[in-house]
Amino acid sequence: MLVRPKAGILDPQGDAVRQSLRKLGFDVSSARVGRVVDLDVDADGADDARAQIERMCDELLANPLIESFEIRLEE
Amino acid sequence: MTDRPVVAIVVFPGSNDDHDAAWALGAVGAEPELVWHQESELPPETAAVVLPGGFSYGDYLRTGAIASLAPVMGAVAAFAARGGPVLGICNGFQILCEARLLPGVLRPNKQLEFVCRDATVRVENADSLFLRRCTPEQELVIPVKHGDGAWYADEGTFVQLAARGQIVLRYTEDVNGSLGNVAGVVNEAGNVMGLMPHPEHAVDPLLGSADGGLLLAALVDAASVHTAPTAA
Repeated sequence: MLVRPKAGILDPQGDAVRQSLRKLGFDVSSARVGRVVDLDVDADGADDARAQIERMCDELLANPLIESFEIRLEE
Repeated sequence: MTDRPVVAIVVFPGSNDDHDAAWALGAVGAEPELVWHQESELPPETAAVVLPGGFSYGDYLRTGAIASLAPVMGAVAAFAARGGPVLGICNGFQILCEARLLPGVLRPNKQLEFVCRDATVRVENADSLFLRRCTPEQELVIPVKHGDGAWYADEGTFVQLAARGQIVLRYTEDVNGSLGNVAGVVNEAGNVMGLMPHPEHAVDPLLGSADGGLLLAALVDAASVHTAPTAA
């Protein structure tokens, strides 16, 4: 699952990365730094896996005040 | 047994101001008792709880996020729900926000630098349980030392908190990018407070300021009147 700073939330880390990339000569107008959490989950199919991970996000992996999350499943 | 109120200080792996808090609370009339985070109950005579500063769980995931799920936090939440006074200092504030016992969240400082210096904070609500020894708009000098001190809430929440007097301390300048220069907030009931500055480091003029003692002494006042609940 991927966690990102929500749109509109100031991301100082992303801004520092953007400034460093510009110093290297890359024309980057925005950088946002998030987090990837790789999870191995035992589940009864994709819907169950997604439901479990959504609960994990709500309870621990993301703070809904400032972060959004996205779930990608692989068999 | 003493007639001093027992203030439970929760120790997480990575707490580092627990002993400072114990010393300072002792200096203002409390009986401090360190409580390991794996405990599922607080000592039965607990009259107040302090979550101290530090870097619980190495600040992994988000500051305070992992500590907010520690076994003792269920007992802290139950104590708070019964009206018991709970104070979170720095990492303790972060933990209380992650535990949803306080509104908002602490984010990395805007300048991405660790700030470690004296800060001046203004008392926004001297009626608050923890600021009753202060005068309205009194300015207190209390040190800060944090990397994740920028308090944030959505605008609707912020406006509501301000209207209800839950924004109790504000920096007099922009220290870390905190929304509205917020340095400390309380819950709706007023018995749970979190702040980023460290009152336990400012309890004696020899330490540069004794202003933090006002806050800790008010906590002890509150602890003295809080009827210690009997263990369920």
